[in-house]
Amino acid sequence: MAVQKLPLAKAINASLRTALENDPKVLVMGEDVGKLGGVFRVTDGLQKDFGEDRVVDTPLAESGIVGTAIGLALRGYRPVVEIQFDGFVFPAYDQIVTQLAKMHARALGKIKLPVVIRIPYGGGIGAVEHHSESPETLFAHVAGLKCVSPSNSSDGYWMLQQAIESDDPVIFFEPKRRYWDKGEVDPSAIPAPLHSAKIARQGSALTLAAYGPMVKVCMEAAAAAEEEGNSLEVVDLRSMSPIDFDTVQRSVERTGRLVLVHEAPVFLGTGAEIAARITERCFYHLEAPVLRVGGFHAPYPPARLEDEYLPNLDRVLDAVDRALAY
Amino acid sequence: MTVESTAARSTARRSGTGGKGATQAAPGGDAANGRAEAGEATATGEPRKSRKPAGKASASAAAKAPGKASAKAPVKKAARSAAKTSSGSTPKSASKTASKAPSKNGSKAASRSTASSSAATNGAKAPAKRSTKAQATSSRAAAARPARGGDSARGTGGAPVEPELVQLLTPEGERVTHPEYDVDLSAKELQGLYRDMVLTRRFDAEATALQRQGELGLWASLLGQEAAQIGSGRALRPDDYVFPTYREHGVAWCRDVDPTMLLGMFRGVNNGGWDPNSNNFHLYTIVIGSQVLHAAGYAMGVAKDGADSAVVAYFGDGASSQGDVAEAFTFAAVYNAPVVFFCQNNQWAISEPTERQSRVPIYQRAQGFGFPGVRVDGNDVLACLAVTKAAVERARSGEGPMLIEAFTYRMGAHTTSDDPTRYRADDERAAWEAKDPIQRLRGYLEREKLADSAFFAAIDEESEEMGRHVRDAIRTMPDPDTMAMFENVYADGHALVDEERAQFAAYQASFESESVSAVGEGK
Repeated sequence: MAVQKLPLAKAINASLRTALENDPKVLVMGEDVGKLGGVFRVTDGLQKDFGEDRVVDTPLAESGIVGTAIGLALRGYRPVVEIQFDGFVFPAYDQIVTQLAKMHARALGKIKLPVVIRIPYGGGIGAVEHHSESPETLFAHVAGLKCVSPSNSSDGYWMLQQAIESDDPVIFFEPKRRYWDKGEVDPSAIPAPLHSAKIARQGSALTLAAYGPMVKVCMEAAAAAEEEGNSLEVVDLRSMSPIDFDTVQRSVERTGRLVLVHEAPVFLGTGAEIAARITERCFYHLEAPVLRVGGFHAPYPPARLEDEYLPNLDRVLDAVDRALAY
Repeated sequence: MTVESTAARSTARRSGTGGKGATQAAPGGDAANGRAEAGEATATGEPRKSRKPAGKASASAAAKAPGKASAKAPVKKAARSAAKTSSGSTPKSASKTASKAPSKNGSKAASRSTASSSAATNGAKAPAKRSTKAQATSSRAAAARPARGGDSARGTGGAPVEPELVQLLTPEGERVTHPEYDVDLSAKELQGLYRDMVLTRRFDAEATALQRQGELGLWASLLGQEAAQIGSGRALRPDDYVFPTYREHGVAWCRDVDPTMLLGMFRGVNNGGWDPNSNNFHLYTIVIGSQVLHAAGYAMGVAKDGADSAVVAYFGDGASSQGDVAEAFTFAAVYNAPVVFFCQNNQWAISEPTERQSRVPIYQRAQGFGFPGVRVDGNDVLACLAVTKAAVERARSGEGPMLIEAFTYRMGAHTTSDDPTRYRADDERAAWEAKDPIQRLRGYLEREKLADSAFFAAIDEESEEMGRHVRDAIRTMPDPDTMAMFENVYADGHALVDEERAQFAAYQASFESESVSAVGEGK
């Protein structure tokens, strides 16, 4: 595969195809992933090329999907399962938290659970209830799981490759509102480590840190701020567990200010953890309290209200202003 | 429900523009085709209108400055209290104390039998089961529904007619035949089954005693269920795979799992601790029913591999209510996975009788999922062996899953933390005692002169020896190193775990130099 400009959904599709080609133990499982190619077409064409035995349409039972994936992993397979939407993962939450996350430790390391759980997540597509949520904190909080989220096509391709190669369970959060954003994918590149953050834009006055769907918002906020004379750095965190605090720390030591942005509710969110850690690490570098922009402590609203619920350019820049005012 | 019908919004709405755009259905009504989002792109192109006035900023900056300066003064570390030091050196008490709350815990198994028992199964040539036959048994039983309210129906007398169960050995130890299931065992093989059950019971009793002595935090006894576990366990080949609950000490024995390994989690030195692949015996699972899905998935893998191994999922009557068990039935059925669902219906899920779990005999549930189910006398080791052999052969030959309900009785408490006198009558236990699995086989061996008194004496002696071995092993079982809690959290490592491990190690090391001087300083 040559260098291509692909939408995120197609980059993930290409990544799954590569994994299926490279390792006969890789399986793709989920609801409607076969003939339909998934409701977002992320698995489009895979069953046709790799067969029903490797690209498996499952019964509509999320706990069953994850529970059987654990059994398949114990048998030596590397299942990549799809949860159709973020809000549907909770029937599987018990299997993920009590079984998948802990089994390696319970066996004192003697067994491995290379299971990837892909979850299209986040809002912004005008969907009905349970189709727009950002539950990443609920997984990042659980030892034994790793959580990542690509923000662009290249990361979509490479981070999924790395997640599948990982011997640990990885929850792979796909920003569904970015599925159609195109970006370059170079299959011969040397990817950054899976859990490393990346400086997406350099700046000097303040650090914006985000992952998944909010990276784009932050990049746009940084562009807008530049017009107003403020130089913002943008860190694409990429991984919510583990979090690359070192990269954030180095950035904040330069800028002195940090604003964290995610769609998930602010309360006890990823941003809260980063704020606490960075405050501890960078106390003498900080010129302002670490601020957070995110969802509210309310159920994800009906679609007609989601633009007000989701962090956008204005809300990010409002926080930037407040931080710069110190 | 999916987003397919609602998909995309083509008109941008953003804060500051004031306009609420209309939501449009995506062409074709499909999320994949619809452009979900034009909003963000449009937003960034527009001038920002709703900027906050900067007025409050300078004020707050000024107000803050002094506080910040003083906050930067290095904070003195408070002297470490003696209490802290002593708590660090206090012997662990938690693992020695019985937990008060009844927890769904279980544990461990017997020591290994090198001898004859595995051979016991070799002669068993059970015919491959036809699903229609197994279900025929069930439909007859459908009339015997539990009374409304459940509780009144249980007990030793006056209970509704229970469905027939497969039995090859009566409670009196009389050998009977069954039209579909049979085993043909030599005297030595029969002796092996007897030995398995006696030693398993002894191990179990020893563990209960060790809990009472404070050596284990908890124990889940299998007393009364020896035949179900030994009979099914001896039906398996080494390449078969077992997914146990936390009470399968007898099955573990059949899989040659070192019984002292099984004690670790009940002592509190680990949360499992053995390598499941050493004996094809998965870790004990405490969350009720979770492992049944793992078994179904493993069996799907066996089928993908084209192997002829079978997988056995153990669970109980309580677990039969779990969604995971129902989902496992579904997955196994639709993928025709080579898995045997072995339900030990021991009549009680802690305090709840089976009538609180099901209005039909549990084995009848299989019919609705499209595979056969059968009820077997769970206190009859020969019947359990015969039926499991048949189910396993069925799985091997590609005929898919089967459900076995081993009808038995939990003679003891749910765990050592439980008090069954609060919820069940003594006469019920007495009635089941008359069906004891070990006495039943012993009666048969004696009546048919298949074993002499020297054999029984030798087993008794071996049982004593095992008791000694288990006691010695548990009392010398070391506590884990403190830092073990950070080990094996991940296979590929995790930066946060590394950081916290290092911090905690440094914290602990900080006590070493002052622990002596701090003693006696009081609080």
